[in-house]
Amino acid sequence: MTKLTRRSLLKGTAAAATLAAAAPNFAWAQQIDELIIAYNVNLPSWDPTVGSSAVNPTIQGIYQSVFDQFILQQPDLAPAPGLLTAWGWNDDRSQIWMDVREGVKWHDGSDFTAEDVAWSLARVANPETGSPIQFVWGTLENHRVEDNRVIADVKQFDPTIFKWMYFLTGYVLPKAYYEKVGADGFEAAPIGTGPYMVEKYERNAYVRLKANENYWGGAPEFKSVTIKFVTDAAARVAEVESGNSHVTLEMPYEEFDRLKAGKLEGVAAPISDIGMIFFNDIEVMTDPNVRKAAVMAVDKQAIVDRLLSGYGVPIDTLETPEYDAYDATIKTPYDPEGAKALLAESGYSTDNPVKFTIQTTRGFKPKDYEIIQAIVGLWRRVGIEAEIEVYEVAKHYELRAADQLAPAAFYNWGNSVGDPTTSTGFAMYGPSPHSVWDGQDLIDMINPLWGEPDEAKRIEGWKGVSRYIADNALVLPLLQYVQPILHAPGIKVVPHASGALLPHLMTRA
Amino acid sequence: MTLLRRILLRLLTMAITLIGVAIIVFFVIRVVPGNPIAMMLPPGAGEEDIARLKALYGLDKTIPEQFVIWLNGVLHGDFGTSITSRQPVLKLVLSRLPATLELSIMALVIAVILGGTLALTGTRRRGTRTEGTIDIVNGMALSVPDFLWGLVFILLFGVLWPVFHISGRVSPALDLPFVTNFYLFESVLRLRFDIWADLVSHMFMPALALAIPLAAIISQLLKQSLKETMHLDYVTLSRTKGYGENHVITHEALPNAVLPTLTLIGVQFTFLIGGTVIIERLFSYEGLGNMAIDAVINRDLPLIQGIVILFALIFTVVNLVVDLTYAALNPRLRNG
Repeated sequence: MTKLTRRSLLKGTAAAATLAAAAPNFAWAQQIDELIIAYNVNLPSWDPTVGSSAVNPTIQGIYQSVFDQFILQQPDLAPAPGLLTAWGWNDDRSQIWMDVREGVKWHDGSDFTAEDVAWSLARVANPETGSPIQFVWGTLENHRVEDNRVIADVKQFDPTIFKWMYFLTGYVLPKAYYEKVGADGFEAAPIGTGPYMVEKYERNAYVRLKANENYWGGAPEFKSVTIKFVTDAAARVAEVESGNSHVTLEMPYEEFDRLKAGKLEGVAAPISDIGMIFFNDIEVMTDPNVRKAAVMAVDKQAIVDRLLSGYGVPIDTLETPEYDAYDATIKTPYDPEGAKALLAESGYSTDNPVKFTIQTTRGFKPKDYEIIQAIVGLWRRVGIEAEIEVYEVAKHYELRAADQLAPAAFYNWGNSVGDPTTSTGFAMYGPSPHSVWDGQDLIDMINPLWGEPDEAKRIEGWKGVSRYIADNALVLPLLQYVQPILHAPGIKVVPHASGALLPHLMTRA
Repeated sequence: MTLLRRILLRLLTMAITLIGVAIIVFFVIRVVPGNPIAMMLPPGAGEEDIARLKALYGLDKTIPEQFVIWLNGVLHGDFGTSITSRQPVLKLVLSRLPATLELSIMALVIAVILGGTLALTGTRRRGTRTEGTIDIVNGMALSVPDFLWGLVFILLFGVLWPVFHISGRVSPALDLPFVTNFYLFESVLRLRFDIWADLVSHMFMPALALAIPLAAIISQLLKQSLKETMHLDYVTLSRTKGYGENHVITHEALPNAVLPTLTLIGVQFTFLIGGTVIIERLFSYEGLGNMAIDAVINRDLPLIQGIVILFALIFTVVNLVVDLTYAALNPRLRNG
């Protein structure tokens, strides 16, 4: 047996002390020097304009911490001057013009110029770049710089082109730096003009950010921010509960309420994501009575109250109150008796129910499967017997693109830009790979709106589309999601309606 | 059969296994629902955009054509490029492999220490309440899956009595002066015990969660083997020579009783590595398993292929090492 000597005792004590020193610091800091955020997704790539991560809405918060979009989007989704200070079309809408902010620096200290904007737009318009949104950016060509203004020719008029400049892939990248270091070099050491600079990045683990003291919008309050990628909700909750992280998001609402009632503080605000049920115009869904009954039989408020602890906003169209084409007068009230009457007209009853399949994810969105279970229960009471089929979201995308969804299919739709084309438009326009409703009447209604130059007329047109959809029950809008954010006392978090968690909007309370 | 011939035969089997795994994985992940292009389709994308993206990622060709292209690349050391991160697959998986290996080895060490201690204690105190308690503990350890142990540890040692880190592999604030990704080993070699302690503080809970079920298996099997050995004549002889019970167990019975346990550890080690997939996810540990889940969610086909093949390679190598170790320890096998 080894004897206990003074040397071995000292060694053991030193090792124990080192281990104890490595244990996390759980004291509630009065003054947080380094803000630590437990984030719910990984960041696979630093290029916000290409690849699948460029169209992942959840990652945009990290991108927007480092890069600026062409146009700034405020927390209420409204656009504001950013790197572009003014923008518009010429009179015949054959050109767009954009004035570029002066005095902005890239993170490496070089000047941001109009050349960067022109190059960024031309780059994503080039099919070889691999931008998933090339079909939008490709509507512009011949990008050129005149003094501090960027001009591009309009190849195909798109009234939403400027909205895309604060939506997916609408980021300005550094021309000179990117051309110097190449795609791999940029991936290894990305720079932007955003409020934070990348200090250290460990794939699948964390990114450490340092405040950009020269940020044109004002230096962020927290000088050092670490974003840890903690994809498991239970681990994220434990992170903030233990004090390892100061801020986290997207946890079960029950946990949010529990922790908010204790030491932590929280904000829960509606975001631009909605839950909905697609109706595919096949089988029994071609019967308007069945569709209308399916809509009328769902008590959305009860679902929000009982399943989501009240965190959700029932909706009657695919437009939320923050969207441009929201129309509060369109209502699809809960009316189980009306639903029974409509089903009876088509020969269905609780004894002879109409039958179809409904597809849903399970665990992809808060209580998604439970919501569908509740809806199936409500349907059963009026004479609808739906069989639930659980699928992965990847299968949903594939089936939807191939127009092979079941007669009913649950999905969540994000539209952080708030334009009706990117919600009702792409979700309901038959030729779109995102739509499974192929009715020609709706296609004819939507067709002229894609290129409508009169903004007021365009928005009114989309409101008319929403009313037509609601009157004919072509889809079942369910609810607008509420994003729960937990944070340590002493921090003020400003929620962004896009769902992006932005550290530069966080301040000391 | 000579040892050399045995090794050559096993290497041939390994090669065939890996080719088989490659073929199956390649075809299966392309046949199951969900493809990466559908995953990255933005609102408003049309048929032309789908075709363009498919061509960009080489998915416009038939599956056999894609396989030939991929296999040709693999033979030249190119496992393709990850769709989500746009990095070479080989670089990605090799950068994460050390993290998973270190976690697995730490879990194995914990399992062997825990399981061995329980087995030896149970044997020493056989027939007493202590043995009964150990059997109950083993039963409990086996009936709870590793990820549930993980959740329990997060609650106990992460929240209620916060002594370990809950997520990650190392604290972001630490600057790592390392040249390899084997942080734990390199921190010891460089005598950076501050980093070593931080790494252990991050790894302990996931490693313990992985280790507990294996520790129970080791404990049960080793205790049973020891029990059988303790009745053999040579053990009785050593007792009559006046050796104490501790000496008899550790010096006489254990060397013979440990052989089946060693084989089992080898086999179970591969399962333990498989278990890292869920555990790494739970603890946000930056290993291969965590990466594998992201790859599957995003339908990152090249990355899935790379990870599965690497896992298959690890499994076959571990099995080979186990066989060779067993042969080295057992003269009857060593000499054919």
